[in-house]
Amino acid sequence: MSLVEAKGLEKHYGDDVVLERLNFSVEPGEFVTVVGASGCGKTTFLKMMLGTESITKGQLRVDDKPIPGEPGPDRGVVFQRYSVFPHLTVLGNTIIAEELSRSRVFGKLFGPGRRKAREAAMERLTQVGLQHALDKYPHELSGGMQQRLAIAQALMMKPRILLLDEPFGALDPGIRQDMHELVGKLWREQKLTIFMITHDIEEAFALGTRVWVFDKWRDDPQAPQAYGATITYDLDVDRNREDAPSQAKKLQEDMHA
Amino acid sequence: MKRLINLKPARPARVALALLPFLLIAFVYLSASSARLAENPNDRLLPSPAKMADTMHGLATEANVRTGSIPLWADTAASLKRLGIGVGISAFAALVFGLFSGGLPLFRAPFSPLITVVSLIPPLAVLPILFIVFGTGELAKVVLIIVGITPFLIRDLTGEALRLPDEQRIKAQTLGANSWQVMLRVLLPQLTPRLISATRLALGSAWLFLIAAEAIAAQDGLGYRIFLVRRYLSMDVILPYVAWITLLAFLIDQALLWISRLSFPWYHVDEGKS
Repeated sequence: MSLVEAKGLEKHYGDDVVLERLNFSVEPGEFVTVVGASGCGKTTFLKMMLGTESITKGQLRVDDKPIPGEPGPDRGVVFQRYSVFPHLTVLGNTIIAEELSRSRVFGKLFGPGRRKAREAAMERLTQVGLQHALDKYPHELSGGMQQRLAIAQALMMKPRILLLDEPFGALDPGIRQDMHELVGKLWREQKLTIFMITHDIEEAFALGTRVWVFDKWRDDPQAPQAYGATITYDLDVDRNREDAPSQAKKLQEDMHA
Repeated sequence: MKRLINLKPARPARVALALLPFLLIAFVYLSASSARLAENPNDRLLPSPAKMADTMHGLATEANVRTGSIPLWADTAASLKRLGIGVGISAFAALVFGLFSGGLPLFRAPFSPLITVVSLIPPLAVLPILFIVFGTGELAKVVLIIVGITPFLIRDLTGEALRLPDEQRIKAQTLGANSWQVMLRVLLPQLTPRLISATRLALGSAWLFLIAAEAIAAQDGLGYRIFLVRRYLSMDVILPYVAWITLLAFLIDQALLWISRLSFPWYHVDEGKS
């Protein structure tokens, strides 16, 4: 059974159609990367997955149940910015996940409970290479380290679905390469299902097992808002990965034509 | 020659420039004072520093025959107590209401317009009501401070809560937080340093309300003393008292800033180093 399924999914803002004709099914363990021009509704789609944006028409189901209308621990998220809490240290930012789920009243753990949570947090932080920066506040970290922390934090709840909204968009190319390796490794080890939005087509092909291109399915110059974007390309990358760079190049040319 | 906007004073020059206006004021006062005293040694309007020091020495060391307490310290203790209680209650109430107003849209919908209207009521205009309702004792003065600054603090904290990036609330929810936990672990810690900085701003108003209330009805307090001796044109008491109040206000302000920097280092990151 597929993990995420959309049938005739649509999103309108008043008369403005942002997304329409969205039909897909995603299996557990897929790594879906979403590319498309800015303003084409990629982020709106991610917000619908998160539950912060309502669905106008159609269905969006996870595990054959309608997606809840609010964020929850089954769907982790990493944003481009503001993903981590500025008032907590690196350790605090990761431990908080355990604290929120285990201490419903105070949201804080003490004594043995905290020691156990600390162990779990340490394991995650070691995975992303932040074990030496436990007591640092986010503002003392570089952009890449902040995103590593955001990923460690998001994975604390062992979510089945991880949503990434241009997580590396603000990073330097060299650091971005490291982050790709990290995300790829975590995806394989944790058997995650990932939806990642990016504006970098090469990144989309390098990481994804499946690349979606969001674009308007029809363009009416008289009424540009009348038609929304949909998945215009749904490309399988896994089967011929060595082919990926050339596929990326071709797609890039297509989109600019 | 660099452009004017790029010329920055070096450290010694900056200290000298900072002292300059104070020295100028002192110089103007001293020359005006000695000129008047030369004409009339009993002039009360611009007393000499020696006279002020003498008067203050008396007020700070000699007990009042009638009350048995030393006026300066009794006044200071009475005023600081009123100010402390008033500002403390205001800050606590503002934190609670700001937290709920900023965290829960259902609470904000009926509450926020009310606070906006209440904050527009001039507090001194309701002082007669406070005297009628609470009498002219301590309570009315404390309540005036509360009425005066709480609405401002609540509005400021609600605004700050709404300015926090939505991403934080969403993130907390994806980590399993319920509504209460989002408020407790995401909003509250970030509103607390904001409360301190808003309280620092509100302290000026708090002093205003305190002194106004003390001027109208009190048996002690810094404001009471100033308005009492006004009848005798005792500038030798008024001027040092004003300086003393200013010093107290400055120390409280700096103490709050110090506490905030120490407890919430992450909050002060964007501050310029000036």
